[in-house]
Amino acid sequence: MLSALLVMTGIALVLGAALGFAAIHFKVEGDPLVEKIDSILPQTQCGQCGFPGCRPYADAIAQGEADINQCPPGGDEGVRKLADLLGREYKPLNEEHGVEKPKSVAFIDEQTCIGCTLCIQACPVDAIVGAAKQMHTIVASECTGCELCLAPCPVDCISMEPIAETVENWKWRYPVIEIKRAA
Amino acid sequence: MNTSPYLRKTTAVNSVMLRVLIALLPAICAYAWQFGAAILVQLAISTATALFAEAAMLAARGKPARLYLTDLSAVVTAWLIALSFSPITPWWLMVTATLVAIVIAKHLYGGLGQNPFNPAMVAFCTMIVAFPALMSQWPGAGQLDFHTQLELILGGARQLDAITAATPLDALRTGLREGGADVTVPGLMAGPAFGALGGAGWEWIALGYLIGGLFLLQQRIITWHMPAAFLLALAATALLMWGMRPDRFGSPIFHLASGGTMLAAFFIVTDPVSGATTPKGKLIFAAAIGALTYVIRSFGAYPDGIAFAVLLLNICVPLIDMQTQPPVFGHKRD
Amino acid sequence: MLRKLFKFHGGVKPATHKDAATASPIVTPPLPARLKVPLHQSIGGTPRPLVKAGDKVLKGQRIGGADGNVSSAVHAPTSGTVLAVEPVVTAHASGLSTLSVIIEPDGEERWIERQPIDLRATPADEIRDYLRDQGVVGLGGAVFPSHLKLKASREKPTRTLVINGAECEPFITCDDMLMRERAAGIVSGIRVMRQILGAEEVIVGIEDNKPAAVDAMTLAVQTAGLDQVSVVAIPTRYPAGGAKQLIRVLTGIEVPHGARSTDYGVQCFNVGTAYAIHEALELDQPLISRIVTVAGNVGQPRNYEVLFGTPMNELVALAGELPGTDAYIMGGPMMGFRMPAFDVPVVKATNCVLVSSPSLFPPPPPEMNCIRCGECAKACPADLQPFELYWFSRAKNFGKAQEYHLFDCIECGCCSYVCPSHIRLVDYYRFAKSEIWARERDKDAADAARERFDFRNLRQEREKQEKAARLAAKAAETRAKLAGESGDDDKTTSSAKPSQAEEAKKALIAAALEKARQQKERAPVPPRNTDNLSADKQAEIDAIEARRAAARQEAE
Repeated sequence: MLSALLVMTGIALVLGAALGFAAIHFKVEGDPLVEKIDSILPQTQCGQCGFPGCRPYADAIAQGEADINQCPPGGDEGVRKLADLLGREYKPLNEEHGVEKPKSVAFIDEQTCIGCTLCIQACPVDAIVGAAKQMHTIVASECTGCELCLAPCPVDCISMEPIAETVENWKWRYPVIEIKRAA
Repeated sequence: MNTSPYLRKTTAVNSVMLRVLIALLPAICAYAWQFGAAILVQLAISTATALFAEAAMLAARGKPARLYLTDLSAVVTAWLIALSFSPITPWWLMVTATLVAIVIAKHLYGGLGQNPFNPAMVAFCTMIVAFPALMSQWPGAGQLDFHTQLELILGGARQLDAITAATPLDALRTGLREGGADVTVPGLMAGPAFGALGGAGWEWIALGYLIGGLFLLQQRIITWHMPAAFLLALAATALLMWGMRPDRFGSPIFHLASGGTMLAAFFIVTDPVSGATTPKGKLIFAAAIGALTYVIRSFGAYPDGIAFAVLLLNICVPLIDMQTQPPVFGHKRD
Repeated sequence: MLRKLFKFHGGVKPATHKDAATASPIVTPPLPARLKVPLHQSIGGTPRPLVKAGDKVLKGQRIGGADGNVSSAVHAPTSGTVLAVEPVVTAHASGLSTLSVIIEPDGEERWIERQPIDLRATPADEIRDYLRDQGVVGLGGAVFPSHLKLKASREKPTRTLVINGAECEPFITCDDMLMRERAAGIVSGIRVMRQILGAEEVIVGIEDNKPAAVDAMTLAVQTAGLDQVSVVAIPTRYPAGGAKQLIRVLTGIEVPHGARSTDYGVQCFNVGTAYAIHEALELDQPLISRIVTVAGNVGQPRNYEVLFGTPMNELVALAGELPGTDAYIMGGPMMGFRMPAFDVPVVKATNCVLVSSPSLFPPPPPEMNCIRCGECAKACPADLQPFELYWFSRAKNFGKAQEYHLFDCIECGCCSYVCPSHIRLVDYYRFAKSEIWARERDKDAADAARERFDFRNLRQEREKQEKAARLAAKAAETRAKLAGESGDDDKTTSSAKPSQAEEAKKALIAAALEKARQQKERAPVPPRNTDNLSADKQAEIDAIEARRAAARQEAE
């Protein structure tokens, strides 16, 4: 009886020491899970998920405070990837946070713009250039299509233009399996 | 959308399968000549069952029946089953075996090209586990006339000892086990069930398979890797054991000419769907089957070890393929 | 002239169908009524248009300027008037439109002034820039800007220059005819390229089904008196004309995917490119035309010297289009692409217009399951396992596909050609590749956005801190002032001195403010951009306001 207790205690001590050693020696800096979640998120920084940016949303997912289906720009595929990563059940996009739209960039109607700089302050990625009382314009290559500049504009001169398909970004389609045709 | 390449070679799956069937013909002729026409009846039963099961499964899965029935893959499976079973197998057993192969081993895994296991071998293993006695009844060469064979197939009363003999492999092993220390291999080999090289009659069938296999090699349907590795590994293992105890173990020649060795070498191991695909992988896959076959034959509980060896290695195929990916263009001498 | 040749793995031998088009010499078709010259004709950035509707252009005048270094200029193929600069359906499998310059020829074919550069006096860098501005790109089909390839590796001198005259695709004979008729020009281009690259030896590889081309090239090399240039007949086996395969056959070197062949001491150019370089540098003629084979469902297959922008259907009509045509294929039957329309323009990549008909190229039989027979692996010239790639691409398992070297696939089509299950394997690879590229683009964009967002947050944080610091400083100042005013009795003498300085500063600020106020009073209020409007401008604004109000109402 006593020897059994001693053995168990011994094992517990050894394992505890090993775990403690591992905790110190193999300590992982940062939270790799948050990094992984963040790398799946589209970095639109649109806040549609209810968090002030993609990283905070990633933090919230990692801590179980937010669901995985709150990111409309990431779309269905994004939800699937998150479900895959976290081993959770896939669920369709929560429509409270918006619907999936084709990728777009903002466009400023330069005839209407009054140069108020409100959109510049709203843009999360500094993709709008301009100065007070000067016409503003969007750097299309940096625009994430977050739509955050739409609401502050006092003259509603910003619209979203879907990104057109060009010869450079055109994709081959998934080959259709025409097996039923022969039936 | 119609895309390049717009040119195509004219070969198709059904022409590949057709040539496999043609390659089986010499052995079938030898079989019928040595053991009577029962094998033809068995071929007919299994072919009919396979086509029926294939059609039913295709209909159930909503696949175009004509396209897949004419690919002849079901017929190849059926013939392999008939050829690996005893020619006096009762009809219902043959039907069940074929159904197992087509329905379970093939279609439940996704049909043509999707099965991880060789369907014919799945059928063989299932049946030998379920009906060990019936599966072990083999006639000797020229022992039964066609009428008796037909009666047995259709379910006539079976007076087993009177009508059947053990296969040479079985005879050798059980003889050695039951006979004790004073029974030796050369002594047993002098018995009526044995011929010059292997079993009486079986040698001719093996020759038939060999001819068919060479035809497939010439047609470039199979590569040399698998048959060579399988036969060499089997012979080498046999040589090792026979070299140590020639009185207790069969010779390499006996193992090559007996049982399903030749059938397996050219028609079963070489099944592309369930086998390894890389050149190195093919060698490993087939050699492992050869060695394992010998082990099961000599030390296992079943008359022949090929089916179990094949299934065991089928499981290893993804691993073998993954580990033996050949280097690609430009990455060879990294 | 025995040379040790090497073999590449796999390959196929389809029927070549080359004889009909080599029976008659290259001809120049009449000027078409309209030329539609797409600006994007090469790998890299889309050139900027340099002309606008209504401009008169001369033959050889630059109409599209290279956009950055990885790009190539575009020129007017003939003299005439620019009718428009607008998107036009281009010779691309996507069927999309690209910005094109539409020219109405004046029939005079007036050249711009030409002044060949002095190759010996010009540094290599300038020659390369010059080639870029002459619009020279690889004419073998990949249209990679040639000036980028004429650069030796830093680590390794370029030992061998391989000239590709293999032309392995069935039906195509443009290189064959070019070598037969213009071997001297090709050899001249080879000499220039060799000089720029500093290559020791040159090997011209030609498939042995083109003995006339081999003879013509051998003769031209002898006439030019070049040493260390050999013309080699190689076994006819598709895709021997793939750059990597040809380099392998001639030198034994395998250039892996993603590596520059110059890092292995070898570079490869198509014979057509060699000829274009000769024209561009020694005759000062920019790339405005090329030899195009018209073959397939036509009465008289033939090679034409075609101006870029010529509609394909006009070209095909010259060769006697036969009934039953269902599409044009640009390129050969193994790697060509079906054109979205019949009147798409001939571009720099057009080596062949293959006229397709259902009887010539029947639609593929229905696809069956892969039986892992390994025929594709036997045929793959890149030593890949095509069926594995098929499996991963089909399952959209792109990571695994890349692990199995998807991007080493050259899309030669050998696997699809031999597949007994009639699987259109290459389509799956094309799909997977473009999907992976799209994802990489998305990922790069996301990374950039993340970085910019983080920087913005950092900046805002910094601004907040600076503001806080300013406020704190101000508060401290006020405190100090109060302390100063409250007298010397609490002995905060340390604050007395700065307080005096602050006093002076304050007076200055007050003076400045006063001055500004006075100025403001003197000057009238500057007009706002909504004042002093013309009537129709005002009406427009009113209309916009009305629309906006309506929209807002609707939104509410």
